[in-house]
Amino acid sequence: MPEAHAETAHQHHAPTKFIWKYIFSLDHKVIGKQYYFLALFSVVVGMILSWLMRIHLVWPNAKLYGLDLLSPAGAPGGVMTPEYYLSLMTLHGTIMIFFVLTTAPQSGFGNYFLPIQIGAEDMAFPRLNMLSFWTTFVALMVLLSTFFVTDGPPISGWTGYPPLSAVGSSAGPGEGLGQTLWVISIAIFCIGSLLGALNFIATTLDLRTKGMKLMRLPLTCWAWFVTAVLGLLSFAVLFGACALLLLDRVGGTSFFIPGGLIVSDKIMPHSGGSPLLYQHLFWFFGHPEVYIAILPGMGVTSHIISCFARKPIFGYRAMAYSLMAIGFLSFTVWGHHMFLSGMSPYSAFSFSLFTMAIGVPSAIKTFNWLGTLWGGKIRFTSAMLFSIGFVSLFVTGGLSGIFLAQPQLDPMLHATYFVVAHFHMVMGVAAIFGMFAGTYFWFPKMFGRMMNETWGKVHFWTTFIGVYCVFMPMHFIGVEGAIRRYSTWTDNYLIPMIPVHEFMTIAALFTGAVQFIFLINVFWSMFKGEKATDNPWKGTSLEWTVPSPPPFDNFAGKHPVVYHGPYEYGVPGKDKDYVMQDSPEKIEDDE
Amino acid sequence: MGLAFFVVLVLITAVSVYIFGAHIWWPPHAISTIGPSVDHQFNLTLILTGIIFVCAQLGLGYFAWKYRDRKDGRKVIYSHGNNKLEAGWTIAAAVVFIGLNLIGFQIWAKMYFTPAPPDALQIQVQGQQFAYYFRYPGPDGKFGPTHVEKVDDATGNFFGLDRDHDQDSKDDIVTATLGVPVNRPVELILRSKDVGHSFFVRELRIHQDLVPGIEIPIHFTATETGRFEIVCTQLCGLGHYKMRAFLQVMTEEDYQKWLQSQMAAQ
Amino acid sequence: MAPTVLTPAKPEVPARTDDLGPGGGSNGGHRFGDDGSGGYGGHAWSVPARAYRTGMWMALAAIVMLFAAFTSALVVRKGISNDWVRTALPNILWLNTAVLLLSSLTFELARRAFDAGGDLWVVRGTRWLYLTLGLGVAFIAGQLVAWRELAARGVYLATNPSSSFFYLLTAAHGIHLLGGIVALGYAAIIVRKIAAEPRKRIVVDLTALYWHFMDGLWVYLLILLTVRL
Repeated sequence: MPEAHAETAHQHHAPTKFIWKYIFSLDHKVIGKQYYFLALFSVVVGMILSWLMRIHLVWPNAKLYGLDLLSPAGAPGGVMTPEYYLSLMTLHGTIMIFFVLTTAPQSGFGNYFLPIQIGAEDMAFPRLNMLSFWTTFVALMVLLSTFFVTDGPPISGWTGYPPLSAVGSSAGPGEGLGQTLWVISIAIFCIGSLLGALNFIATTLDLRTKGMKLMRLPLTCWAWFVTAVLGLLSFAVLFGACALLLLDRVGGTSFFIPGGLIVSDKIMPHSGGSPLLYQHLFWFFGHPEVYIAILPGMGVTSHIISCFARKPIFGYRAMAYSLMAIGFLSFTVWGHHMFLSGMSPYSAFSFSLFTMAIGVPSAIKTFNWLGTLWGGKIRFTSAMLFSIGFVSLFVTGGLSGIFLAQPQLDPMLHATYFVVAHFHMVMGVAAIFGMFAGTYFWFPKMFGRMMNETWGKVHFWTTFIGVYCVFMPMHFIGVEGAIRRYSTWTDNYLIPMIPVHEFMTIAALFTGAVQFIFLINVFWSMFKGEKATDNPWKGTSLEWTVPSPPPFDNFAGKHPVVYHGPYEYGVPGKDKDYVMQDSPEKIEDDE
Repeated sequence: MGLAFFVVLVLITAVSVYIFGAHIWWPPHAISTIGPSVDHQFNLTLILTGIIFVCAQLGLGYFAWKYRDRKDGRKVIYSHGNNKLEAGWTIAAAVVFIGLNLIGFQIWAKMYFTPAPPDALQIQVQGQQFAYYFRYPGPDGKFGPTHVEKVDDATGNFFGLDRDHDQDSKDDIVTATLGVPVNRPVELILRSKDVGHSFFVRELRIHQDLVPGIEIPIHFTATETGRFEIVCTQLCGLGHYKMRAFLQVMTEEDYQKWLQSQMAAQ
Repeated sequence: MAPTVLTPAKPEVPARTDDLGPGGGSNGGHRFGDDGSGGYGGHAWSVPARAYRTGMWMALAAIVMLFAAFTSALVVRKGISNDWVRTALPNILWLNTAVLLLSSLTFELARRAFDAGGDLWVVRGTRWLYLTLGLGVAFIAGQLVAWRELAARGVYLATNPSSSFFYLLTAAHGIHLLGGIVALGYAAIIVRKIAAEPRKRIVVDLTALYWHFMDGLWVYLLILLTVRL
């Protein structure tokens, strides 16, 4: 840590011992990196799982050397069984949604940059921050431990619908201890997310520096704030659902299990519960969760597009309000996951209308991104490429949502590959593009060195074309009627689609492989990259006013004062083409 | 780089539009009374989203190309936005999206709000790991009661009928294939024996979850004869991928014959 | 330096944090503590008291959502079922309720004592705090007695749906109240320390907020259990 600030009136000592500096650190920047690397590890695991699944789908007899060591029962002799496919699918979904899409964009980048962007020295509650990371870490360990229990991981999917997930091991392997550990892992994860969310909210509301009005917040901060509110309200409900599910599993209660079930020729000792109750609780969380994954990506994209188009974001207020609108509406639409579940068909009407309404703020955002590009001077850095890629994927993935939001079309498309294509495009790949963009953009600030731009561009083009090759065909076969969550194609109807699956598998293997370019780029640049200046991208927000990497307390004991909005690029009549937020010079357009 | 973006987005758009437009992969021919209206709504949505898709992707690619930094000292358009434009596209998006939904809603109403006609043929459908069984009420038109403790897959008593004591159960017919007559309304009563399942016949455009603990009615009228696949779409355990049965739509005459033969096999 | 002292931040805040309005746009509240942070590496900068209040309100919002989920589960589960059996509430619940309500009163008396100041305020205030803590423990003990009573009647967690909800809701509330008891114990200790002068108010005020909330939550649950169970 720089010693230059030692003479300031108030000394802030960085921790000196390794364990306090890097392991149980209270520094939001270290915790942000911890989250980031936790997500990076998880995404590699999740991606390898998806490879195994894709290979099994088209070459079910392929020998995968080493897989039998991980699971002798799931892959005898290295050949995956269909049931192991379901285990991997469950963990792929759970790991990707909870430990990648929820952690990296929000807890990772948010932790690192929210305090700096609002001019604070740290999050409001550093100890709570540390606690929430380690809680999340424990949740991940518990989840991964399911690989090593006797029956293997659960097979009930990331949604874990009861009764399959509630009646115990008679419903299938993995439904014993594996499923119990899964429920416990998610419950622990909920606690970590709740602690993180309240920390984010208090930080955003109360720690802004002088002059940082709400309408001067970078859109990233708006996105993190709205995401935190969603997390706070939704994870508490998921925790409740997990508690009830766990009691059904181990306490003999009947919250979700109806009477008279016969599983594997045994009459279940339960009565009167409602599987739909779980679905309602789960999706009350599950739909906001989708926006927890994507909103930070929207924030990052807005931030980067404005910077590299060198002009102010088009419609700042509309962007901020549309984030809030999406956040609010996300609590009113959960029923669209359940059109065919046997809930009242009348409520489908309102759920469907609200779902369509959520398309409106999404459209506003897309228009405004295009409006920002219009008349700009676009610099195609890797961060910018991934941001434009984000917009393209968000449009593609969002539009298939127009089909799925209509209950009358749901009988055709529900549970087909069309749905898989939809959510992978919009919350999977688009959100991950947001993370890539954030990494290329903020890496210099986080590690003090630049990433390699050439390899960044190679990474972008291969990934961008690759993900379209993987996920676009899923729409086509979904429309034709290919059902998701099938481990093998047994019937004549699906067999003609195998060549498409082969194409997607090859594309997935290729796209996955090129991610190692990114990984190598990250780790190589961390040590060997070109040294970064304080403001390599000529950005305007506060993170670019501090050294790269920032000192222990970010602003070296000073309090930045903010005079402008965050996106003053291309200001007429200035010698530089941008005005930093903390620059006292006057701009005519100032609000 | 901007040009590359334009070219790649044009290619992606063109290929996607071509594949959808040429119906290379397309839903199977609809064989229920509800089918054509569902397909119509699907096509309407496809055209509308297709137009938005093309405009947005090409606009994105074009802007990326046109407004690339040519290092020519051009000034950017310094604009913080335009409230009239924002209001305009907000209203336009709202009208299009919500209007589309309202247009299609009568299809949903036909599926679920309107009850099955009183003369509809009632059939019970039971899902279990990993098969479907269908129960016809037999000549008396009444389903006998089910008894959980009587269920025994080994003897083929999937529903738990007590044929010795329950009068109504005596003539109930349990089959592994769903045989229905053509052009006659059919009401299915869906139930599950163990975990969640789903009932999906692509050609009927009918799809409904089987939820343990409740019985869900759904109705349709098939308009063409043939053999169609019934698939489970709700993850139900190990054998989920092979859980399927067949729907056999027959002429009234064939149906009666088939029913007789099934009755004889009980 | 030796990583021994875990000195918490020392915010300089007004005597009563209620006086601080919600945060406006600009934040003048960044004041730095004047002591070293210790080897733990904790930042020695102060967080405005209102951030703690915001944090506490957010925690309460999450708790509200949790109990809202449980409530809707109860309403739905009862509404759809044909196996609902009423569980008669143990009478001791009324006594427990009185004890808990009384504890809120004693907590307020403690805060009054702090406000009054004077030579004896620490002693007086702390006494009230310990009394509150004792009442809290008594409430938990009373709840356990209620569980024992049900168990003696042969009513356990899985006996019937209403008993499941009874155990679930009382346990969920009890665990949250235990958190309040720990915070109260911490407050009672910290109040005696002169060094932690400005911090006391935050700890005491926020613990009070949480405690009263738990009190109100219990009253709500009791009504729910009486009317719906």
